[in-house]
Amino acid sequence: MSNEQLPPSSDGRETASPTQAQIAQERVRASLKRRYRAERRFRVYGIAAVVTGIGFVALLFVVLLAQGYSVFRQSYVQLELSYDPEVIDPLGTRAAEDLAIADYAALVRDALQARFPDVEGRQALRELYALVSSDAPFQIGDRIRESPSLIGSTEALWVLASDDVDVLLKGKIEQAADGSAGPLSAVQVGWVEDLLASDELELQFNRAFFTQGDSREPEQAGVWGAAVGSFLTLIVTLGLSFPIGVAAAIYLEEFAARNRWTDLIEVNINNLAAVPSIVFGLLGLAVFINAFGMPRSAPLVGGLVLTLMTLPTIIIASRAAIKAVPPSIREAALGMGASKVQVVAHHVLPLAMPGMLTGTIIGMARALGETAPLLMIGMVAFIVDIPSSFTDPATVLPVQIYLWADSPERAFVERTSGAIIVLLAFLVVMNAAAVILRNKFERRW
Amino acid sequence: MHNASTEEAPVVPAASKAGIDRKPSSRQPALASQFEHGERHTVGDPSVDDPIMSAREVNVYYGDKHAIRNVTLDIARHQVIAMIGPSGCGKSTFLRCLNRMNDTIESAKVTGTIILDGRDIYDKRQDVVQLRARVGMVFQKPNPFPKSIYDNVAYGPRIHGLAADRVELDEIVQTSLQKAGLWEEVKDRLTNPGTSLSGGQQQRLCIARTIAVNPEVILMDEPCSALDPIATAKIEDLIDELRESYAICIVTHSMQQAARVSQRTAYFHLGDLIEIGDTDMIFTNPRHKLTEDYITGRFG
Repeated sequence: MSNEQLPPSSDGRETASPTQAQIAQERVRASLKRRYRAERRFRVYGIAAVVTGIGFVALLFVVLLAQGYSVFRQSYVQLELSYDPEVIDPLGTRAAEDLAIADYAALVRDALQARFPDVEGRQALRELYALVSSDAPFQIGDRIRESPSLIGSTEALWVLASDDVDVLLKGKIEQAADGSAGPLSAVQVGWVEDLLASDELELQFNRAFFTQGDSREPEQAGVWGAAVGSFLTLIVTLGLSFPIGVAAAIYLEEFAARNRWTDLIEVNINNLAAVPSIVFGLLGLAVFINAFGMPRSAPLVGGLVLTLMTLPTIIIASRAAIKAVPPSIREAALGMGASKVQVVAHHVLPLAMPGMLTGTIIGMARALGETAPLLMIGMVAFIVDIPSSFTDPATVLPVQIYLWADSPERAFVERTSGAIIVLLAFLVVMNAAAVILRNKFERRW
Repeated sequence: MHNASTEEAPVVPAASKAGIDRKPSSRQPALASQFEHGERHTVGDPSVDDPIMSAREVNVYYGDKHAIRNVTLDIARHQVIAMIGPSGCGKSTFLRCLNRMNDTIESAKVTGTIILDGRDIYDKRQDVVQLRARVGMVFQKPNPFPKSIYDNVAYGPRIHGLAADRVELDEIVQTSLQKAGLWEEVKDRLTNPGTSLSGGQQQRLCIARTIAVNPEVILMDEPCSALDPIATAKIEDLIDELRESYAICIVTHSMQQAARVSQRTAYFHLGDLIEIGDTDMIFTNPRHKLTEDYITGRFG
């Protein structure tokens, strides 16, 4: 190594020619710039990836909310109704059956004609009546049923407007050059504006959406039927898949011998977790509906099919959770004279519970959003009544969304997005419950 | 059955160690070669009068590996027997045979007889759960259950139905914690988790829960190896007190601990029981070359 050192200069510093160490340092310094540039590039890639991912999710939410926020309000029109006893209760019996079959539509027509006396001609009148929802007579019927004393009086009642009016009010359709807007003629648009001006037409909270089942008329269509159907189906799924999955995992981990058969079972369970869900639907159709003769379209069958689908997920997650319990706890319990079952029940299960719950919630969330297998077993039917038991025909939220997305009426667009929002809210609540449960069961050891 | 030392071996004392004077030695190659030729004769008398447990010709195989070879020894009542030996010599394996903890290992096979109270514990009709209530175990790393201190100690009595009601259970818990020397420290916080205690306290908690089921024998597998010297000293004092009520088998890496705590010592080497005898004799006058080598620190 050449180490020529000049004698120290007057100010005490050495001005030496480069040594090996100094050459190395110089090289390091030169490479630093390149390395930091590479690091910055990497960070940019990382941030770009995160931003892209979050961006898409945000985009999804923004689009959903933009399309769906309007579903929470619905157009109602105020009618001056005179509860003519001649129409409602000609026999004067006030009997429920008689009240139920009265011609309330006539009351609606009378009220509308009274409001717009200038309208003449069958065609024009039909257009006038089309401004109000076909549900209005039933609304009035319910009103009379709950207070029959109203018969003979007049009342200003808010009834559902038709979906075309609603869509116009919410600004979802453009007015054309000739004054018409979508399916509404220019004359109808004029009436709508007239009603708006006199505050007899306004947006109110959309009760129907949260209390009704499906309907051909968008303004009467609600998500409640599908929500209850989803809830019942998930109850069946949870009630079956959690105990079976946990028990299977415990048996496979703790009690089963390690041989070829158990290896085969493990491979098959892992494969089942990857099977496309529609296959389970076909299985449900063939076995539960055809072979066992269970009712089609029922939450019971839907729940059974979804159980088959979520079992592998729960078993795999539970096995991992059980494996994670430290063997020292097991040994301590065994050394105390606990039997195998006591070790599992008193020590392994409580410690593995957080992991098992996480797996269950993941499985449930997947089951909540499943459409394909349920289509196979018939849950794609048009269900109007809210299901009240596990064997009533029902539908689930994802299927409802699919059906509404397919419908031609303009008003169903916002309802589809609204239903998706409800589904997502359901999911958020379920996940929150899972996190709370998991934190409650978490032990520190 | 005795494995009497019939060899005319002169005493094989070790070199001076820790202030203990030894006479100059003369090697006996014949003794060492016994084990190479497959005959296994333990030096010293492995039997005692009225033992609480007796092991006879115990062999343990892990698959093909012959881990414990033909070990015969007795465990005396109200006495501490220490098992010492280099790492991997099988002392922990043998200890685990005594309460059938080796049953949990799939590849382990145990032959021979171990007699507790006149019955072979490896008999088909022997209830393992009951056995483990009579032969308790304390492990190397303190492993309290992730429950409260009270529930830790009460677990054994609960599952074995030792207490008729809550009052009796409270008594058992208190007595066990007192015997373990932990009561004063935890009596005000019995509902705290067992894992909130320090290492030494956790190990005493583990001892308390072991004695809560009133065993006859307590097995200890290197109970102090994870603890600091002060905690170790406390546990050693505890062992001395417990000796009055229980027979204790302790596996230990520390010869000083064996010397302090035990009355009999057994030296294991590569799965064989080389020598067994009174602790004083083993440490001052080991009769086998391997024992002497281990004690003087030539290996291990």
